[in-house]
Formats: sequence, structure tokens, C-alpha cells
Amino acid sequence: MIEIGLGHYLSLGAIVFFLGVIGIFLNRKNVIVILMSIELILLAVNINLISFSIFSGDIVGQIFTMLILTVAAAEAAIGLAIIVIYYRNKGSIRVEDIHGMKG
Amino acid sequence: MLTHSIFFYFFSVIAIFSSLMVITSRNTVNSVFFLILDFISVGCLFIMVGAEFLGMIILIVYVGAVAVLFLFVVMMLNVAEQKQSWFIGKKSTHIPIGLIVSVLILLELLVVVGGWKYKDDLMSSNTLYLSDVSNTHQLGLVMYTDYILYFQLSGVILLLSMIGAILLTFRQRKGVKKQSYFNQISRNPSSSIELREVKSNQGVKIDD
Repeated sequence: MIEIGLGHYLSLGAIVFFLGVIGIFLNRKNVIVILMSIELILLAVNINLISFSIFSGDIVGQIFTMLILTVAAAEAAIGLAIIVIYYRNKGSIRVEDIHGMKG
Repeated sequence: MLTHSIFFYFFSVIAIFSSLMVITSRNTVNSVFFLILDFISVGCLFIMVGAEFLGMIILIVYVGAVAVLFLFVVMMLNVAEQKQSWFIGKKSTHIPIGLIVSVLILLELLVVVGGWKYKDDLMSSNTLYLSDVSNTHQLGLVMYTDYILYFQLSGVILLLSMIGAILLTFRQRKGVKKQSYFNQISRNPSSSIELREVKSNQGVKIDD
């Protein structure tokens, strides 16, 4: 309990990942919250990579964390642009209202 | 070790609580606030555990760019529940949540700075194989030599996403009069000046 090891950080990453997945499934409001949940999931992945990198003494995990961070920023920009043009066309971004592809 | 565990539990409890609030709060603006708090907590955790550069990068990129982008889109699209009461009016509901989040962020920054100043060997990064250079130096030693291809590829990805976002949201508006330099420069007197004989009591018809 007092000794903080790798398992504590992995548990934190797992909890944040779990909350992100729950946020994707439970969300009924709008798509922006789904994008935020995706950001939470990527943050959990970053926690895992950095804790492994620190506790096993290998710097490569932090390199991969930077690459994930780049991809997360790009994904947020593109996703928000898609949401903006969808709102401009349809006037709503509620999750129930998005069924144009009948999927 | 006790200090390390206290710091870890402090930041991780705040991170878990704020990620819970991100997915459960009814107002989207409050979700973005708690997302910012979550990013800051995890960034402080990274700084504490010895990955200082990535902690700072998370503070800059996530909090400074991504979360503010989310906030802009939420404010622009008018999808928050309380639509007309932003910061003025009698029913401004964002101020308490905003105050709570900012006080928590201030507290976290104070804890980080205090820990850094008084107990700098908290979780030293000397478990890494190059213990005598800093974290940023280590990252630079590896990133620009062994992983230069991935570094360049991430730059290309950022460029692509920028072009894509601009192209997606660009809209040519109809009925807006714009200045056209080419048309202005390329006109000559024969196409722009017309001489007419004006008869008395009749006037002249300008092209309609």
C-alpha cells in the first residue's frame, strides 16, 4: 500500500481506460463527449507506456508516448472538424439523431 | 517512500474522479473543464514519476491545445444545456464548477512545485540507463537518431490533419462581394470607360 510500484500505475491506467470505454457506451448526449472519452483512453495508454518506460529503464516507451500524443492531437482536430460540418448541415449532434448511414 | 505514495494517491484520486466527471456530467462545458483537470493531474503524475518532458508536453499540448479546441467547439456549436447564460445573467452555472476546477489545479501545481523543491529525489529517474543526463536529453538522444523516421512521420501526420481540418470546415459563401486583384489590375480604359451623348430631357441609362 505504501510502496508504490508498477502495479499502482497500471491500475490507474486501467481505471482511466475503463472509464473512457464506459463513457463511449453510456453517452447519450452528443458526439463531443465521445471524442473526450477517446482522449481519456489515449491518456490511459500513455500512462501505461510511461510507467513501463520508467520502471523498466527504457526510454523508448516515452518516444512512443510522444507519437501517440501527436496522433491524438491530429485525431481531435479532424474529429472536431467533422463534428462542426455535421452540425452545420444537420443542426444537431445528438447521438440519437445521427443515423444517416442506417448503421 | 511515504511521500511518493501520498503524491501518487493524491493525483490519481483526482484523475479518476475527474475522468468520472467527464463521462457523467450533464453539461458539456463541465465535461471539458474536468477533462482539463484530468490532463493536468496525469501530467503532474508524469512529472513526479520522472518523465518531466512528457509531463510538460502533456500540459502544453493537451491542456493548451486540445482541451481549448474542445471548449471552442462546444461554445461554438451551442450544444451545452444552459444555452443563454454563459458568464452573465442570474443563472450562470459555470462559475462554481470552474472555480472548483481551477482551485484544484492550483492546489496540484503547488503540490508539484513543493515536492520538486523539497524532495527532489522523490522518484528519481536514475533507474534509466543514462542516469547522469536529464530526461529531455535522453529523449533527444534517442528520438533524433534511432526514431527520426517516426518523428518525421508524426510531423507529416500533423500537417495532414491541419490541411484536412481546414479543407473540411472551409466554406465558400454565396453573395459575398470580395476584392479581386486580378480583375482590378487587368481592366483597361476601353472596357471600363464608355462615352455617351446625353440628350436633353432624356437622361442616360446606366447599365442595369
